[in-house]
Amino acid sequence: MPRKTIQMEKRIDYLGILDADGKLDAKLDPDLPKELLLKLHRAMVLGRRFDERLLNLQRQGRIGTFAPISGQEASQLGAVATLRDDDWMVPSFRETAAEIWRGRSLESVILAYGGFNEAATLDPEDAPPTLPVAVPVGSQMLHAVGIAWAMRYRREDRVVLTFFGDGATSEGDFHEAMNFAGVFQSPVVFLCQNNQWAISVPRSKQTRARTLAQKALAYGMPGIQVDGNDVLAVVAAVAEAVERARAGDGPTLVECVTYRMMMHTTADDPKRYRSDEEVEGWRAKDPIKRFEAYLVKRKLLTKPGIAKIEEEIQGQIQQAVEGAEKRMASLGDPLEMFAHAYAELPPHLEAQREELAAELRDSREGGGR
Amino acid sequence: MQTLRMGQAINQALREEMLRDPDVFLAGEGIGVGIHHSPLLPTAGLLKDFGAGRVKDTPVSEAAIAGLAVGAAVAGLRPVVEIMFNPFFTLASDMIVNHAAKLRYLSGGKSSFPLVVRMKSGAGFGAGCQHSHNLEAWAAHCPGLKVVMPSTPADAKGLLKSAIRDPNPVIFIEDLALYFVPGPVPEEEVMIPIGQAEVKRPGKDVTVVTWSKMVGVALEAADQLARENIGMEVVDLRTLVPMDKETLLASVRKTGRLVVLHEATRTGGFAGEVAAVVMEEAFAHLQAPLRRVTGPDIPVPASPPLERFYLPSAEKLMAAVREIL
Ligand SMILES: Cc1ncc(C[n+]2csc(CCOP(=O)(O)OP(=O)(O)O)c2C)c(N)n1
Ligand SMILES: [Mg+2]
Repeated sequence: MPRKTIQMEKRIDYLGILDADGKLDAKLDPDLPKELLLKLHRAMVLGRRFDERLLNLQRQGRIGTFAPISGQEASQLGAVATLRDDDWMVPSFRETAAEIWRGRSLESVILAYGGFNEAATLDPEDAPPTLPVAVPVGSQMLHAVGIAWAMRYRREDRVVLTFFGDGATSEGDFHEAMNFAGVFQSPVVFLCQNNQWAISVPRSKQTRARTLAQKALAYGMPGIQVDGNDVLAVVAAVAEAVERARAGDGPTLVECVTYRMMMHTTADDPKRYRSDEEVEGWRAKDPIKRFEAYLVKRKLLTKPGIAKIEEEIQGQIQQAVEGAEKRMASLGDPLEMFAHAYAELPPHLEAQREELAAELRDSREGGGR
Repeated sequence: MQTLRMGQAINQALREEMLRDPDVFLAGEGIGVGIHHSPLLPTAGLLKDFGAGRVKDTPVSEAAIAGLAVGAAVAGLRPVVEIMFNPFFTLASDMIVNHAAKLRYLSGGKSSFPLVVRMKSGAGFGAGCQHSHNLEAWAAHCPGLKVVMPSTPADAKGLLKSAIRDPNPVIFIEDLALYFVPGPVPEEEVMIPIGQAEVKRPGKDVTVVTWSKMVGVALEAADQLARENIGMEVVDLRTLVPMDKETLLASVRKTGRLVVLHEATRTGGFAGEVAAVVMEEAFAHLQAPLRRVTGPDIPVPASPPLERFYLPSAEKLMAAVREIL
């Protein structure tokens, strides 16, 4: 018996279409409609500016800890832009811009980062189906496979896009989800936002593998690595994966190579574990800057046009902040905590709720705390 | 005496044990290169002083971290591993519940699993229910595990040192809020045996049994009730498994009244176990029904105004005490 190399039918491609200066590789141009290009641009700017405002609110103690998305606008927006409204999105905890694309209001995001479950009720009933954020790293990929199962079960041609980070690929949940999806040929797109860091642990210490995309091969699915700061490349790669899933040809792993420009969450200090040079190196590859350069070159945007968009976005954010703060002022009734643990209020919880109600009455009478 | 915060006291314990025993090593997510400069955190500075061979930052893999501890322990090392937050215990739990806790038994006592799993717990940070969820009762329900939840810097130091030297797997749960609370710690070696409760404040009228962050709440209530001439005895269990029944029962026999206080949710909570022991062994001494003061049976709310009322408070505890006096 010879010793020979086993030929794999699948290989790992890398895709980049717009370079860091916004120069297009015309052969690869996905030729997106003008309206979509402009909608993507606006959503990316909104994602960035909203992050900056949230950081401000957090620093002033007006909301709690949150996970910024700056730098990852192209990865997440390019990906969700390929979905139909009835497709599912299953996020981790760093996809605010994508959630907004899917119909989530800015007010709802602010409320959620203020800790209020009421945030969920602000989204329109008919918003595209999206799961809430998942804190336990990697766990959401398993839900995505379950949702895909339900789609197939009902013979619907809807697909599921799930997001996760480079760190999440080290969890068992990632591997079990990928394996199930491969075996069941689930209509799932696994979208890894490889932003180079898992809190303070760099990508190089997460896995010895050269790419994260290649992990697809072990599960018998295609994998592709994409310039995650190039929104055109992300759209092109994810659209292909979505099409494959919808056609019944199974899952795909897409690795978007990008960078987390801000802190992991507002609870940490990234200067402690990474250098300014590294951050500056990535700033030069900024996804918004290059996309704007491209759109201006194509005459789809002008400098004054961009300034106007920026202004409109600031107004939109301001309005959301005011709305959310007004709403927050009227929320916070402690008895609300009993509202959603079960579909109905079981007797033991009714008793516990009554206990708290009595305590609140007493404290009001006694001057309160 | 030195004054240390609990995070620093844990740091000292780790440091001293690593110096004493070259087989002690640490592993966890971000335990070496952390996200803060704060010297108050438990593993601050250890990477620098002991090197990456003994202070291992791992990939995000709780099952593998716990499994590493199980394997390294049976091969003769003394792993002290960290699971970032108590709810992520679920991801590590197969290794802990089905392996660390059972393999000595299955090996007829031949194999030993001297490992420590440190976990942060405790609500109060607006971090929401997937970060804040006190699961000590789960661990306590698994035969083969010891469960420790200290309330003071000195206890944390002394108990962690004992945990590291213990031949059994020990779940060591640290309340995040306590990391920053100062307390006296002896300069000389402190060793506090696992399985010993401590009366943190003597009193004649009512016994409050509690642990971890809630000890502070109990002491606050005791101070206030003292002004009304009500003597509250505060028993800090410190170790849930094995439980120090003697101290607990002696106190109940003396006061005749019991309130059990914990932050974790009520149903299936460890207060039920404490209550059962008292009913079985000191029923005749009880002059009133016992009471439980606990978190309600719901996920921890993230919103600060709700979370504040979720956490048991001195007011809630005093109300329970008054009910049975
Ligand atoms: C199961 C679990 N372990 C640990 C954590 C703490 N934690 C939160 S985010 C994170 C890193 C995740 O990195 P990555 O998957 O790359 O996502 P990113 O934060 O970079 O978007 C860790 C370890 C967690 N939330 N869940
Ligand atoms: Mg990451």
